[in-house]
Amino acid sequence: MASSNAVLSENKRPRGEMTSGNMAFAEAMRQINPDVVAAYPITPSTEIPMKFAEFVADGLVDTEYITVESEHSAITACVGASVSGARVMTASSANGVGLMHEIFPIAAAFRAPIVFGLVNRTLGAPININCDHSDSMPERDSGWIQIYCEDAQEVYDSALLAIRLAEHRDVLTPVFVCQDGFITSHCYEAVEFLSDEDVREFVGTREARYPLLDVDNPVSYGSFVTSEYYFEIKRNQIEGMNNVMRVYGDISNELASLTGREYQPLDCYRTDDADYVIVIMSSAAGVVKDVADELRAGGVKAGCVRVRMFRPFPAKEISSALSGKKGVAVLDRSASPGGVSPLAAEVRSALYMSCRYGFVPVSEFIYGLGGRDLFPSDVERVFKGLMAEDYSSGASYIGLRDKNGGAEGGDGDGSR
Amino acid sequence: MGVVNVRELTGKSNPLAEGHRMCPGCGAPTALRQAFMGMDSPVVVVGATGCLEVSTTVYPYSSWRAPFLHVAFENAGAAVSGVVAAHRAMSRKKLFREEIKFVAFGGDGGTYDIGFQSLSGALERGHDFTYICYNNQGYMNTGAQRSGATPRSANTTTSPAGILAPGKLQRAKNLTEIAAAHNIPYVAQTTLHDPLDLIRKVRRAVETPGPAFVNILVPCALFWKINPADQVKICRLAADSKFWPIYEVVNGERVVSYTPKKPVPVEDFLRAQGRYAHLFAGGGVRRDLIDQAQADVDAEWENLTQNRRSS
Amino acid sequence: MSGGAPCWQDILPGTVTLGESSRVVETGLWRSLRPILDVEKCVSCLKCWVQCPDMSIQTGEGGAVQGIDMFFCKGCGICAAVCPTGAISIRPESDFQDEADASSGGASPGKVGELVGQL
Repeated sequence: MASSNAVLSENKRPRGEMTSGNMAFAEAMRQINPDVVAAYPITPSTEIPMKFAEFVADGLVDTEYITVESEHSAITACVGASVSGARVMTASSANGVGLMHEIFPIAAAFRAPIVFGLVNRTLGAPININCDHSDSMPERDSGWIQIYCEDAQEVYDSALLAIRLAEHRDVLTPVFVCQDGFITSHCYEAVEFLSDEDVREFVGTREARYPLLDVDNPVSYGSFVTSEYYFEIKRNQIEGMNNVMRVYGDISNELASLTGREYQPLDCYRTDDADYVIVIMSSAAGVVKDVADELRAGGVKAGCVRVRMFRPFPAKEISSALSGKKGVAVLDRSASPGGVSPLAAEVRSALYMSCRYGFVPVSEFIYGLGGRDLFPSDVERVFKGLMAEDYSSGASYIGLRDKNGGAEGGDGDGSR
Repeated sequence: MGVVNVRELTGKSNPLAEGHRMCPGCGAPTALRQAFMGMDSPVVVVGATGCLEVSTTVYPYSSWRAPFLHVAFENAGAAVSGVVAAHRAMSRKKLFREEIKFVAFGGDGGTYDIGFQSLSGALERGHDFTYICYNNQGYMNTGAQRSGATPRSANTTTSPAGILAPGKLQRAKNLTEIAAAHNIPYVAQTTLHDPLDLIRKVRRAVETPGPAFVNILVPCALFWKINPADQVKICRLAADSKFWPIYEVVNGERVVSYTPKKPVPVEDFLRAQGRYAHLFAGGGVRRDLIDQAQADVDAEWENLTQNRRSS
Repeated sequence: MSGGAPCWQDILPGTVTLGESSRVVETGLWRSLRPILDVEKCVSCLKCWVQCPDMSIQTGEGGAVQGIDMFFCKGCGICAAVCPTGAISIRPESDFQDEADASSGGASPGKVGELVGQL
């Protein structure tokens, strides 16, 4: 399809623009033209509902826009609208996401295919408006699909993919499209938008399975369920998540044929022949890729795996990408106090079954909490630690002011 | 809104179906069943967590003939907002029937307390729906804890009558008036003493464009400690003692629907229920608290009637 | 679904249940008191019909009261209490224990409701 650009009419032509992650998500929402949006302001995602309110005010969308009185009501109204049969989108961040927490598993259990622009921000306290992943990570067991984007282009493309994925009959699972607060959400970069017509064709219309509004075929949602049935209902729900990888592959190929842009669950950068790999998510991957390039120029086989899809977690893909490596460092942008950080835990778990083919040491780093930047020098130190076979048993902190030098636990060397 | 003829209603199917597992003699299913009797359009029902929600949806069964949605405890107002919005968007596309009405319900816990913010937001935004509070003045589903709707001196499991404390120490909040303060077009308060009044009020609520709120006092036989068969009698005492004024607020104007010809003392209402038994126990009648209850009732009635439309 | 318990593959998605499916649940199994309708005294004023929490008052053409549905009736006694002509009397279920089979074969409502009124 991409090759037919020459014959595209004016309104089918993709257009490039300097824009931000928030504006890219809002533009995707305009083109998707959802039936219902319910949203509540919170930094740094506020721009999305603000921009969308302009679309509504200018008559550019047909959406019923509910300006609710809290995030809890935002997600609840989204659930109500979604089970009604509507196509539904919203956005939030940080404590807004936290306030919604109760309703996320309900949305997932109702198989309500809501698409959610989650602009990652630190979950207070202390209050901090900048990026880390402490808001979305607590939702990893909520039953929602989680996609983490590196840049605004990916945010835009993922919003389109997410609609198709969420609403697919075999999936019927809500999706978080995550982007890094301020870093991705507010920085302007070049983004290519599809034409409105192409988006309309790509997303199609939702065909709900048991719409609440079908008064001639009444169903009830949200039953009281005893232990006699609960387990089966939950397992039935999990099957939707289990189908994601298969369905996602088809949909992302379809979008790639329109855009030329391909998004695998893992973004593997120079990993095939790499000895040392850093695993990371979202916007900070760019720094790691740059450093890998520089190290390679110096003869070190460095690579980067960016985990784009965190739920469902691409464990097989991680295992095959990292098997046989001399060393792996996982950089988490959120902590799990008292446990292993979320991404590191997943990576270690994925590698465990391939241990028989050779042990791959995995070290755990926490970086960027509260929006602290990750510098190339930080990444270089992590790679050098791997090369020196320095594996701390606990988490090490990157860029932290520390009287002991920045390491945690007994055998960290504190030099990071 | 026309005269309600019960005889004509018997032929209609009701959105609430048989086989629900509410306690024998519970007022809640009666309130909702009567509420639906006067409605002519298809309805979609949204329920807050509570006795009625649980007992009508014990999996794999549902007692709802109409579509029914329960999301959680504190958010029926928001949930119905989403459903109404979806209907507006999708009936424009001719995807679903246009004439659907929307009713949300909650107990007093899900309405006065935990669901208050969500309800207030929905009323303020002006969605076209009717909210029915089936108000049994406590968290009965979890075993009779006190709520913001529990009246003073009632014995509950979190405001027990003990040696020092004579039941709940605070007055109930007046949610009907708080709902009216949202400047919504229709607010009403009633109970089960007069089904025609209830049916008429809900019909009016549903037919009024925009949000409407109806607060229905319903006995909980189990925790008001009354004989289940006495439900209607207790409701009549609530109305005749002015403990529960029967009135409506139409576009901001208060209209008393029922003025008892011979008001009974509130003591009669209290004495009829086990939840106030400690006020009358062992010969040591707590006259002070009974007088206080009467003073509460008189003050509220005076507030109400002072605001009454002069007709 | 009321017979063999379903496997997870048989479950409808989204916690969905079908409308009015509870009409197979025999809530009458909770009843410890039984209302008896005397059709001779009944004037079909419908006070019982409108106040019945369990939709158990059966009506026919023109709203004529025809009987009480023992499959659903939980025996609360409201019908008798509101009856202006004394057409409904309440008798303990134990009076009827000689009847062949207490159940009509409906789905069990559980036991909780049996306890109401005994506390």
